[in-house]
Amino acid sequence: MSLGPYLLRRFGGLLLVLLVTSFLVFGLLYLAPGSPLAFILGPRGGTPEQIAAVTEQYHLNDPFFVRYAAWLGDILRGDLGYSIVYRQDVSALISSRVGTTLALVSLAAIIISVVGIAVGTFAALRGGWSDQLTSTLAAIGLSTPSFVIGVALISVFAVGLGWFPTFGSGTGGVDTLWHLTLPALALSVASAAYLARITRAAVLEESGREHVQTATVRGLATGHIVRHHVLRNSLIPIVTVLGLTIATLIAGAVVVENVFALDGLGSLLVRAILQRDFAVVQAVILVLVVAFVVVNAIVDFLYTFIDPRIALGSRQ
Amino acid sequence: MTIPSTTSLAVADVVRERRVRPGFARTTIERLGTVGCIAAGVLLVIALAATFAPIVAPYDPDFPDLLASLSGPSPAHLLGADALGRDILSRLIWGARITLAGPGLVILIATVVGVLLALLAAWRGGRVDTAISWLLDVLFAVPGIVFGLIAVAIWGPSLATVVGGLAIAYVPYVARVVRGAALRERNMPYVSAAWLQGHSGTGITFTQILPNVQPIVVAQAVSSLGFAVIDLAAVSFLGLGVQPPTADLGLMVKSGFDSVLRGQPIEAIAAGSLIVVIVWCVTIIGDRLTSSARSIR
Repeated sequence: MSLGPYLLRRFGGLLLVLLVTSFLVFGLLYLAPGSPLAFILGPRGGTPEQIAAVTEQYHLNDPFFVRYAAWLGDILRGDLGYSIVYRQDVSALISSRVGTTLALVSLAAIIISVVGIAVGTFAALRGGWSDQLTSTLAAIGLSTPSFVIGVALISVFAVGLGWFPTFGSGTGGVDTLWHLTLPALALSVASAAYLARITRAAVLEESGREHVQTATVRGLATGHIVRHHVLRNSLIPIVTVLGLTIATLIAGAVVVENVFALDGLGSLLVRAILQRDFAVVQAVILVLVVAFVVVNAIVDFLYTFIDPRIALGSRQ
Repeated sequence: MTIPSTTSLAVADVVRERRVRPGFARTTIERLGTVGCIAAGVLLVIALAATFAPIVAPYDPDFPDLLASLSGPSPAHLLGADALGRDILSRLIWGARITLAGPGLVILIATVVGVLLALLAAWRGGRVDTAISWLLDVLFAVPGIVFGLIAVAIWGPSLATVVGGLAIAYVPYVARVVRGAALRERNMPYVSAAWLQGHSGTGITFTQILPNVQPIVVAQAVSSLGFAVIDLAAVSFLGLGVQPPTADLGLMVKSGFDSVLRGQPIEAIAAGSLIVVIVWCVTIIGDRLTSSARSIR
């Protein structure tokens, strides 16, 4: 398949999945017990103006599918609704918090790729007891929930040693990086351990291949062989796992942001759930799911650039 | 009419003969290996202690001994007491109950639903298969823990809501693997043989294909259990799952976190480590079962 039609098909599939998930997120309101109006206004009751506003925002006087189309239209125009608790537009709430989550996830992704690939390659090439040790550590890292690591990191490095701040996301620039270091570490451990495991297996398999033997016999430097022959060929499983991991980080951030009291999307979501602020819940879940789906699609597309042997659209 | 009946008799004999195999305990031990057996042993001890919590736990998990509040280990309280003076060891034992039973229920529901969907997709093929695979793709498009959060957002925070939400999240993980395995079995000659003998599709699926994919089902269920433990504990930690004062390991990490800031880390360390030990054991067993299920074919 050539690039144009492939991209078109891929993009079409992506749009379809997004359409279905948006419909599911929209449908959530109608799964809730009681009438949508009572559910949104909750125990707060509501003044006639509020009732009118909610009815207008959710188009409650229209038939079901007209409601969905209108809701989707609002979202595409950037109108994510109005938060009853914050008395603010949801899009404003989200845009002021998306930066923190994005920074947290990016920092964690960098840590995961550097540590995961380095440790995995080291374990595979060194073998022996250092391999045993890293495999054991990886197994423990994989079994530890991010919030446990977060609590441990705060106890040791923030409360005990006082090297890092305990809470909050800082005032920007280096200060933010400083505040986000521990959260990003907490978010990375399990995924880095998993990536290390996958890298180790891939590198082990690749370094047993004949082309590597040939390179060794030709007298190429070990570093060159590892970088250009072994790692280059092990990239497919590594990038697959890395991509899936970054997608799951988006959900993992929900937990970590709450441990470290960061003002990101995750803490907004949890607070909104507890306060029954439905417009915010709906919007944040939609943003998380869209980000998750889009990242997965990008990874899928990247395969073809990493390994030209893979034909566009085939999955091997 | 004698010929068909003898044929089916012979087949029945073969089927009966295949069922004579080394005992369940012995094959399981062989599949697990040394490390896997140790992990299974540790998990068994934790599970037994949790099951018999009313007998094993030294104190009532909810009894506040305010004089012992935030005290360290002592002969009276082996692991000390939490901020409200409740015995930490007793709360760990009671907490392990929910931490094992909740995710167990999640995986049980997800496995039953996932296996039924997978077998249906594999047997019917065609449009049914396309529709089911597409449904699984959509479910995959939502990260697991988000299902738990969505359920809580609609039906309010409680263990039951989170278990329901997470069960849906784990269906595609079971279904996709089992569908692949069942498709492979479906194309085997023994399935066509059974079909030619006039067995029904449902009969073949449940008496022939299901027993043959069973090792993969079990391996996938156990592997997913580890992730379910983490997800459920995380949701409780966020305050959206199990509600206080019920003893739960995720909640204990949270309340222990407040005690850490007041200089007493034991509760957080104990509850956090118990979660890690449980997940580690489950993951090891899952890994062993997965690799032995792969090597069978």
